[in-house]
Amino acid sequence: MEPTIPLFPHQASTVASRVDNLYFFMIAVSAFFALVVTLLVVFFAIKYRRRHDDEVGEPIHGSLALELLWTGIPFVIAMVMFVWGSSVYFALARVPEEALDIYAVGKQWMWKFQHREGQREINELHVPVNTPVRMIITSEDVLHDLYFPSFRVKTDAIPGRYTQVWFNATKTGTYHIFCAEYCGTKHSGMIGWVHVLPEDEYQAWLGGTNTGESLAQQGEKLFTRLACITCHNPNSAGRGPALLGVWGHTVQLANGNTVTADASYVRESILNPTAKIVAGYQPLMPTFQGQVTEEQLLALTEYIKGLAAGQPVPGAATPAAPAAVPAPPQ
Amino acid sequence: MPSRHYLNHPTGFKSWLLTTDHKRIALLYLFSITAFFFLGGMFALLVRLQLLSPAGALMTADAYNRAFTMHGVIMVFFFLVPSIPATLGNFLVPLMVGAKDLAFPRINLLSWYIYVVGGIFAIGSLIGGGVDTGWTFYTPFSSMSSNSRVLTGAIGVFISGFSSILTGLNFIVTIHRMRAPGLTWFRLPLFIWAHYATSLIMILGTPVIAITILLLAFERVLRVGIFDPKIGGDPVLFQHLFWFYSHPAVYIMVLPGMGVISELIAAFSRKNVFGYSFVAFSSLAIAVIGFLVWGHHMFVAGETPYAALLFSIISYLVAVPSAVKTFNWTATLYKGSISYQTPMLYAFGFIGLFLVGGLTGLFLAAVGLDIHVHDTYFVVAHFHYIMVGGTLMAYLGGIHYWWPKITGKLYPEGWSKLSALIIFLGFNLTFFPQFIVGYLGMPRRYAVYPPEFQVWNVLSTAGATILGVGYLFPMVYLTWSWFKGKPAGDNPWDAKGLEWETTSPPPTFNFDRTPVVTEATHMYGHPEEVKVV
Amino acid sequence: MSDAVLTHGAHAPASTRLQHHFDTMAQQKEAVTLGMWVFLVTEIMFFGGMFAAYLIYRMWYYQGFVAASRELDLVLGGINTVVLIGSSLTVALGVHAAQTGKKQQTVNYLLLTGVLGLAFLVIKYFEYSSKFDLHAAHHGASMIRLFPGAGIFEVTGEYAGIASQMRIFMVLYFALTGMHALHMIIGIGILAVITRMAMKGEFTPHWYAPVEIFGLYWHFVDIVWIFLFPLLYLVNRHG
Repeated sequence: MEPTIPLFPHQASTVASRVDNLYFFMIAVSAFFALVVTLLVVFFAIKYRRRHDDEVGEPIHGSLALELLWTGIPFVIAMVMFVWGSSVYFALARVPEEALDIYAVGKQWMWKFQHREGQREINELHVPVNTPVRMIITSEDVLHDLYFPSFRVKTDAIPGRYTQVWFNATKTGTYHIFCAEYCGTKHSGMIGWVHVLPEDEYQAWLGGTNTGESLAQQGEKLFTRLACITCHNPNSAGRGPALLGVWGHTVQLANGNTVTADASYVRESILNPTAKIVAGYQPLMPTFQGQVTEEQLLALTEYIKGLAAGQPVPGAATPAAPAAVPAPPQ
Repeated sequence: MPSRHYLNHPTGFKSWLLTTDHKRIALLYLFSITAFFFLGGMFALLVRLQLLSPAGALMTADAYNRAFTMHGVIMVFFFLVPSIPATLGNFLVPLMVGAKDLAFPRINLLSWYIYVVGGIFAIGSLIGGGVDTGWTFYTPFSSMSSNSRVLTGAIGVFISGFSSILTGLNFIVTIHRMRAPGLTWFRLPLFIWAHYATSLIMILGTPVIAITILLLAFERVLRVGIFDPKIGGDPVLFQHLFWFYSHPAVYIMVLPGMGVISELIAAFSRKNVFGYSFVAFSSLAIAVIGFLVWGHHMFVAGETPYAALLFSIISYLVAVPSAVKTFNWTATLYKGSISYQTPMLYAFGFIGLFLVGGLTGLFLAAVGLDIHVHDTYFVVAHFHYIMVGGTLMAYLGGIHYWWPKITGKLYPEGWSKLSALIIFLGFNLTFFPQFIVGYLGMPRRYAVYPPEFQVWNVLSTAGATILGVGYLFPMVYLTWSWFKGKPAGDNPWDAKGLEWETTSPPPTFNFDRTPVVTEATHMYGHPEEVKVV
Repeated sequence: MSDAVLTHGAHAPASTRLQHHFDTMAQQKEAVTLGMWVFLVTEIMFFGGMFAAYLIYRMWYYQGFVAASRELDLVLGGINTVVLIGSSLTVALGVHAAQTGKKQQTVNYLLLTGVLGLAFLVIKYFEYSSKFDLHAAHHGASMIRLFPGAGIFEVTGEYAGIASQMRIFMVLYFALTGMHALHMIIGIGILAVITRMAMKGEFTPHWYAPVEIFGLYWHFVDIVWIFLFPLLYLVNRHG
């Protein structure tokens, strides 16, 4: 699969060729200037070599014109690089609307991937080809970084926050996953494989490894078990705000500010509820810090996200016995 | 050689350990810095040996993590940051401004003792098993998770920072207040401008890492903290505080080297540096702009796109003055009278290698590209090209150039040229393959790696071995020349500069008479002949 | 290049204080003063890191900062502010006395400065020790023990929801005021040495630089407190 001495990584995503083109441009510019300067230095060093012991050089003060030239040209080239680099960055930073969300939780020293349909993977990730995929990432402990070299994307996994990265894999195959932020003893062991499958094989894989319960369904169970439902009755306002349809919308806070109800907001509301009280409500909600794992938070987020559509995300086609909901950490 | 000079008078152990003579203090630093260099280099060798094999050739991952951390901590804080300023700077700044000593000689000695105490803590952490957080000490791993001697190591770094601050303070006051009559700002050697700019960074930046380390220490020891996400702290805040110093710190490391190169090129072309004031102002520009780019280390650390773009564009701006300098050095060679003694060979090497290092910095400033190569060997190659290909070459060039002044003896030119060549070749073999394996995706700080990366790692290790041997040569022949070298005479290079107007070695108070300066620096030929192109 | 000469070591009359590497007393004084200013700039950067952290967390955790700030003792903090400003006055008067050659006055003002500095630290001690007691919060129905150490920090009741935020405030409170207090302690130590020199009559109108540059340092420590006090003690007090 890999050439014996690879010189260059696979170009396996839509963005990879853009990144590589920028890279080649920069190599070309660098090689040009490195060559020009080197040749000039060598040429001058030879042409103006000292011919007798008390020879001195010709005192030349300088030249404003040259200074402006070799300030201006590098500046312009630098700005071209900046604009090009930024343009590639925008492509990397703007997640397509229709992206397939997959969650990733990094912990010392493994990657736990969670599909919305309920599949869990450790250090292996299956994705469909030619489909935008968004990884929503967090860490359970220290900083990690989810890196797909063949897709040319990475982002840090930060404890206490969600970060995201997206890609659209264009070539089927198996590619490296690395952790790219030093995280302790087995940092170099926190690696894995991403399998890019044709769409039908991906669906088959999803169906074949189903747990019978989507992430949102797991979230729904948790929602009841943790008694969220007593205050957040999904259909009418109790002591807590209604959550039906809240996902993605602007929420008015008690302090006058507004916030968009996204994954970070949901997470914060569960772990640090009094930080952002919704207008018209009392700070009554207890914190669940220490009582829910990162994966459980993701499940709850998926459930609440699903309330926007009016129904939760469907699980596997063939209902099997529901998987046990993981117990909270001790 | 004069009969009485700063080396042989006064005599005795105490006269060295309690000296306030900047030249003796420079030598105290030289010995301690060299020791740390070889200690840090030993760890580099361990790292490279481990990476000979994909499955790890030498040690456990845990031991490896300590090895690369100690390599980084020692090389950055105990070698590179003090290297040129504390040795060549301490020796030459008073001489070049025509003064008898630095403004605060006792504080100068204190700065060396502080450095030594910091070094003792670093060695203490080593004896206790080393630190395994990486030289960057990122939280929450360093504050909550690491089982290594983080506190001892961090204290060592904290203490060594004060050495840096006091050195910078001394240089600033000396340059402002102790210039000889006639020595206006624009007649100062570019070495002085470079050290002035460096000193500005030292005094403004170092205190920030001091407080950052202190906050880290509180969190680790007292378990009270502002970086712990479980109590609402932000681990990324540590990164902002850390890089606010550590980015300017890389300019502390390279600016003095650029100052040396300006002196070498002028001396060995026997003409003044082309575009003197542009080179001088470029040093200041690098120092100032360098404080505004720290976020380019954090493009993937959850920075907003707006912040990322801001840091990106400013990072491109900071590259421009370095380009300006490079072109000015090249233009200096035009119509020069160029000789190829070892210092000049190091200067040529610097230009080539700093060029590669600096240009690859542009790659990293492009956010879209940085996302791929961040935390890979591409970055490792980039900064080693600047630190080793740049600063270390300049340091060696400067040591050779001023060796006759410092010791009164000549080093053997044949051996030194050979060493320079070995170092240059070994260096490129070590670090160029790292660009390739980095773009392939090999992350930093990996003790083991996928088998397809092995070829590049083997090449790199081969280079490192050659490089290591290359560094041993100067150790041997310079030491030899100290005792057995030919007497150098006051000015063996026939160079211009106040330091060459006194004996080799200089007397304790530098000049028998305070010099009066009547012309700009490196004016070979008659002043009336100075041409404006 | 060096045509004319200056004989090295031209001393001003009666200046045994002139150090050998300086040419004149004026040059020495300028150098020493510049040196202290540069040092103070490093101190600004040192405290600056903590101020930056404070500002960021205050933006994020305003509620907790308000609540925790309310629990600080405004009276003691206010007294300390007056004490410290007073000590800056006394040290300035001490510098002037040294400048005009009034030995006893110099000693008196320096001693007074030291007394005020010690008073500050004593009051600080009482403030700090109260953070180790578990007691009811002044506002809201909560029991608090605010020293942010693991196993010591405790916040129950109404404030429980913002306990983390309050804890972060307290870390910054102790870090900032603790660093400040450390600088005061070092300052008092140096002051002791300088007062002793003044008692021995070592300062004259020709040479009083140590008093002056100590004054600079002391003023700086005062100014840091003048920033700390409103930032820490006065968060939304009017609300």
